Amino acid sequence: MDKQDQKTHVGKWPQNCKLASIEPEHLRNVIVRKEKLAPTVTLVEVRAPLVARSAKPGQFVIVWPHEKSERIPLTISDRNPETGTITLVFQEVGRTTIELGQRQVGEEIASVAGPLGNPTEIELYGSAVVVAGGVGAAIAMPIAKALKEIGNNLVVILGARERALVILEDYMRAISDQLIITTDDGSYGRKGVVTEPLQELVSAQKVDFVFTAGPLPMMKAVAQVTKPHGIKTIASLDAIMIDGTGMCGGCRVTVGNKTLFTCVDGPDFDAHLVDWDELQARKSFYFDEEKAQLKTIAGNKQ
Amino acid sequence: MAKGGTRNPMPKLPPEIRIRSFEEVALGFNEEQAIDEAERCLGCKNKPCVYGCPVNIDIPEFIRLIREANPVAAARVIKKTNALPAICGRVCPQKEQCEKVCVLAKKSEAVAIGALERFAADQEAKHSNPAEPPKPENPELCKYCVAVVGSGPAGLTAASDLARTGYSVTIFEALHKTGGVLRYGIPEFRLPRHILDREVDYVRSLGVKILTDVVIGKAVGVKDLLNEGFEAVFIGTGAGTPKFLGIPGENLSGIYSGNEWLTRINLMRAHEIDYATPIKVPKRACVIGAGNTAMDCARTALRLGAKEVTIVYRRSRAEMPARAEEIENAEEEGVRFQLLTNPKRFLGNERGAVEAIECSRMELGEADESGRRRPIPVPNSEFRIECDTVIVALGQNPNPLIRMTTPELDTEPWGGIIVDPRTGMTSIPGVFAGGDVVTGEATVIAAMGAGKIAAAGIDSYIRQKHNLII
Ligand SMILES: Cc1cc2nc3c(=O)[nH]c(=O)nc-3n(C[C@H](O)[C@H](O)[C@H](O)COP(=O)(O)OP(=O)(O)OC[C@H]3O[C@@H](n4cnc5c(N)ncnc54)[C@H](O)[C@@H]3O)c2cc1C
Ligand code: FES
Repeated sequence: MDKQDQKTHVGKWPQNCKLASIEPEHLRNVIVRKEKLAPTVTLVEVRAPLVARSAKPGQFVIVWPHEKSERIPLTISDRNPETGTITLVFQEVGRTTIELGQRQVGEEIASVAGPLGNPTEIELYGSAVVVAGGVGAAIAMPIAKALKEIGNNLVVILGARERALVILEDYMRAISDQLIITTDDGSYGRKGVVTEPLQELVSAQKVDFVFTAGPLPMMKAVAQVTKPHGIKTIASLDAIMIDGTGMCGGCRVTVGNKTLFTCVDGPDFDAHLVDWDELQARKSFYFDEEKAQLKTIAGNKQ
Repeated sequence: MAKGGTRNPMPKLPPEIRIRSFEEVALGFNEEQAIDEAERCLGCKNKPCVYGCPVNIDIPEFIRLIREANPVAAARVIKKTNALPAICGRVCPQKEQCEKVCVLAKKSEAVAIGALERFAADQEAKHSNPAEPPKPENPELCKYCVAVVGSGPAGLTAASDLARTGYSVTIFEALHKTGGVLRYGIPEFRLPRHILDREVDYVRSLGVKILTDVVIGKAVGVKDLLNEGFEAVFIGTGAGTPKFLGIPGENLSGIYSGNEWLTRINLMRAHEIDYATPIKVPKRACVIGAGNTAMDCARTALRLGAKEVTIVYRRSRAEMPARAEEIENAEEEGVRFQLLTNPKRFLGNERGAVEAIECSRMELGEADESGRRRPIPVPNSEFRIECDTVIVALGQNPNPLIRMTTPELDTEPWGGIIVDPRTGMTSIPGVFAGGDVVTGEATVIAAMGAGKIAAAGIDSYIRQKHNLII
C-alpha cells in the first residue's frame, strides 16, 4: 500500500466503515508520528482504529513489534478516534522496546491489540495528586487530564533521575493546578525523590485521592506515605504479560491476599493492598535473560 | 494381513533422539503399513465405530478405500463430516472414542483408526491440488455477513462451513496468530505447524477474512458486531483461563500455568535463540496435573533441556485424563510420575523464586461424581520435592472477557456460555457459541462438532430472519 492509500484509509476509517466491511489492511499498525521525549524515551502515534475508537484512560495495548519480538504491554497515553490512531510512550530499556524505537514513521508494528484492562475510575474526589516517575508520566497523562476535567484540584508530582529524563512537563503544567518536579541528582526541580513533596503535601493539606505510576519501588514508597493517612491510592501496575487477555496467568499479582490477573482485573489496584515484594520478584525473574537479549541487538544492529 | 490380525504399531522417533528436538514424534504409517492395517478392519455391518465418533465419520468406508489404495478418496469421505482430519488423526482421544468400541478391541486390539485417518489426510495433502477450493453452494448468500470470534477448532470449523454455504465470514482473533490451542497449546512434536497452517490456509482460500489482534469484548462488543453489519455472531473463544491450586506460595516466580509455559514456547518460541521472549531452562521441573496439557508441558520441559521432569498427580495412573498414547510417550522419554501426591504449599528462596513443593500423600477412596475414585490425604505424610520450576496444569475455565462485557449473555455459574444444544444459539438472538467456551475444556473434535452445529444453526437463523427460500 502506498502513502496515498494509507491516507485515504485514515480518512475513511472508522466513520464510514462498518465492522463487517473491515479488511485486514485497514488494521495495519502504521506509525504516523514519532518523537523523542528524552534520550531513551520515545513517543509513537500509531494507527490502530479499533483500539482508538473504544480506548479509555488507564487501558493498555499489547504490542508485538515484529515476528521475533516479545509481546509487551504499553499504556495508551492518548487516542484519536477520528484519525484512528493511539499514542504510546515507552522507555527503550530492553530488546523489544529498543527495536520498537528503531521503527520509523511510515513503518509498521506487527501487532497492537487492545484496549485491554479496565479504565481508571475517574471521580470527583476533591483534591487529587498524581505521582509519576520516569515514563510513568506517560501512563499518568490521560488520568491526570481526566481527573482535572471532572473538576478535581490537581497536583502533579513528576520524578526523574535527571533533567533530561523529565518528560511531558509542559503538558502536565498546562492541565494541573500545581506541578512539582523532582530529580535524583538535583539537575532540575527539587533534588530528591517524589515521596518527599508528597509527604509534605499530605501532612499539610487534605488529599482525597492519589494515583501513581512508575517504577515499582517508587509506587511502593508512595503507598507507604499515603497509607497512614488513609488516602485512597491507586497504582497502575505493569506486570510481565504475554497475551493480556487472561489466558496465561503470568501477570498474576497478590492484592489483599487474593491472586488477581493484572491484565483483566487491573491494571489499577489499591496500592495499599498490593504485595509489592512479590511483584518485584516476579518482574525481575528474567533479568539475566533480558541482559543477554540486549547483547543480541547490540551484536546485530542494522 | 488378514482380517483381525495384530495391530501395526505407530512408527515413532526413538526417545533419545526426539527429546532433543521438537520434531514430530509419531511418524505415521507408510502405504504398506496403512493397507496392512486397513485389512484388519472387519467392516462390521452395524459400524459401532461410527457411533463412537463424535462427528460420525463413515469409518469402515474410508478404511475400505485405503485398503483399495485410494487414500485421497478416503480423505474425501472423512472430510464430509470432519474438516480437519490431519489434525484429528493426530490429537483425538481415539482410545476413548472410535477405537474403544471397535469390535476387535474386545478380542485383541482395535484397528488403528486414528493412524489411518492421519494417513488418508496426509496422502490427500500430498496428491491433491489445494489451489481449487470448493465453490460456495449458494453464492447469493454472500451479502449476509457472519462474525466468528476465535480461530480455534470451533471457530475454524464454523467459518469454513458457513463460507462453503455461501456466507461472507470474518474471523476475529485476539492473538497475533490463528489456531487457538492448536497453535499456542499443543506442541509441534504432536502437531507440526505446517499442518495447522495448511488447514488455516484452506479456510482462507474459501474467502474467509481473518482479522488478528482484535479482542472482542474489549475493542468491539458482541452487540457492536450485530449493529455494524453482521447478521449473526459465533463465539468460539475457548477455555482460556488457567486454573490454579489456590495454595500458599503459588505466585513465587518460576511457577507457571500450563498455558503460560506452552505459550512462551509454542507461540513466542522462547526456546529459539533469536526470539526475544525469555524462558529459563529448568533443572528440576514439576508439572502438577495429568491431562494432555500436563503431558505437553512435561515433554516440552524435557526438550528444553531440563535434567529431571516429574508429573505430580493426586490420583493414580488409571485416572490420568491424558491421551493414553501421550502418557506412554512421556514415560518413554523419561518423565517421572509422582502419583497419589497433592501439593500443599510452595516454598521459595530469598529471591522469591520457587525451590520446593511441600506435598502430602493421598490414597483413593469412594468414586466421586466424575466416576473416578476420590483422593484423600494420608495423615502426617508431608514431604518435600525440590524443584526450580513448577508448571500448574489443572485445566482451564472459559475466558471471562466476553461474559464480563456482554451482560445479556446467559452463562453457567462456572462461566460456560449456555446454548440450545440443537442450534448453538445463546440467550441473545443471533449470537451462537460452541467449543470449550460452552463445555469447558474438552476436545478438538468436540469443538469442531459444536462449530458445525452452530454453522447449521446460523444458516437456518439467517434464512428464517430474511424469509429466504434459496
Ligand atoms: C495443552 C493442551 C493440549 C490439548 N491436547 C488435546 C488433544 O490431544 N486432543 C484433543 O482432542 N484436545 C486437546 N486439548 C483440548 C483442545 O485443544 C480444546 O478442547 C480445543 O482447542 C477447543 O477449541 P475451541 O475452538 O473451543 O477453543 P480454543 O482452541 O481455545 O480457541 C479459542 C480462540 O479464541 C481466541 N479468543 C479468546 N477470547 C477472544 C476474544 N475475546 N476475542 C477474540 N478472540 C478470542 C483465543 O485466542 C483462541 O485463539 C488440549 C488442550 C490444551 C490446552
Ligand atoms: S497477561 Fe496473560 S493472563 Fe494476563
